[in-house]
Amino acid sequence: MHELSICRSVADIVTRHAAGRRVTRVQLRVGALRQVVPDTLIYCWELAHADRPEAGVLAGSELAVESVPAAVRCRACGAHNELAVPVLRCAACGAADVDLVSGEEFLVTSFEVATDAAEA
Amino acid sequence: MGRFHPHPDSHLHADSHAHVDSHAHRPGNPYEDGRGRPGSVGDHSGYSTGAERVEVLERILGENERVARANRTAFDAAGVTVVNLMSAPGAGKTTLLAETLRRLAPHRRIGIIEGDIETSLDADRLEGFGAAIVLVNTGNGFGGECHLDAPMVASALPRLPLGELDLVIIENVGNLVCPAEFAVGEDLRAMVFAVTEGEEKPLKYPAMFRSADLVLVNKTDLLPHLDFDAEAFRRNLDAVHPGVDVLAVSARTGEGINAWCDWLANSFGAPGAAQTQR
Repeated sequence: MHELSICRSVADIVTRHAAGRRVTRVQLRVGALRQVVPDTLIYCWELAHADRPEAGVLAGSELAVESVPAAVRCRACGAHNELAVPVLRCAACGAADVDLVSGEEFLVTSFEVATDAAEA
Repeated sequence: MGRFHPHPDSHLHADSHAHVDSHAHRPGNPYEDGRGRPGSVGDHSGYSTGAERVEVLERILGENERVARANRTAFDAAGVTVVNLMSAPGAGKTTLLAETLRRLAPHRRIGIIEGDIETSLDADRLEGFGAAIVLVNTGNGFGGECHLDAPMVASALPRLPLGELDLVIIENVGNLVCPAEFAVGEDLRAMVFAVTEGEEKPLKYPAMFRSADLVLVNKTDLLPHLDFDAEAFRRNLDAVHPGVDVLAVSARTGEGINAWCDWLANSFGAPGAAQTQR
């Protein structure tokens, strides 16, 4: 269950970039070949920054996970296909000589901060 | 997990929650029932605000990777080769290591970083072979980690006589999922797979099998008692990690252990190379 430590890394990254602004939403991009469970990430998100005053700008924020399917490009026939199972093989010609083109992403892509201008 | 639903971007609730200044300084989540109340997470603003989007594109494990590179630099500076040994619990890492030390420790100066959630049981089993052993109990700190990460390994480095060692083997926490994600500064990754685990495991835990430079297929002495389909295992392994090195071993009978020791020896160059560079 490494999702909690992953969430703590995300919290550290976003807190640093937020520079004191209140964060409402954090967007991750996670490839299918990462052995990470998006629902567990979301479940752990609050645990990862609750009780950490230094991450107070994250209080009440939401975590969103964009899952990226794994895909390969075949060196033999040039086909590009998404993988339904983690088998690195060309679905078109069966060749194992493939390049992984997506599926290993593991990024904080963006976050949203409240502009909090309304009460003025 | 349906209770976390998409952020309501425009139709924010009017119920007045804490003012931004009050909750920004309060540790923890001010929305006390936020975990159980649908819609309460991320849906808390009482004011008609806009949201500003900040692009980041930062690697989630970037900090771990930075510390791993620093570990690697320290290992390289000391001329030490480092192998990260991973497996499921009970696959036989510690027995394999004991047999490895029995054969290699008389000829090579070896350090072991032993990751264990709570106990020193594994480290105790490796005493007496002349290796330098450092225990990292991952149970300290945040609830017990299921893997070693680069900062944990960094914390072990001052306790190892790196300058006197040829090889450091890091025995990771027994787990088929988490350790694969965390670089610790190793040169090579070896994983121990026991035939008792079943031939389908590469397909179920592809991240681990994909990350290994060598897969040791252990407990081969049990094969006569099992229905393990070795060909299917190799097919499954080849599907997730084409061309990976594989060695059949039995830490119990000693089968294949010399080949594993040769693999380790090759990983730090020709015999004698490590000694002559100092």
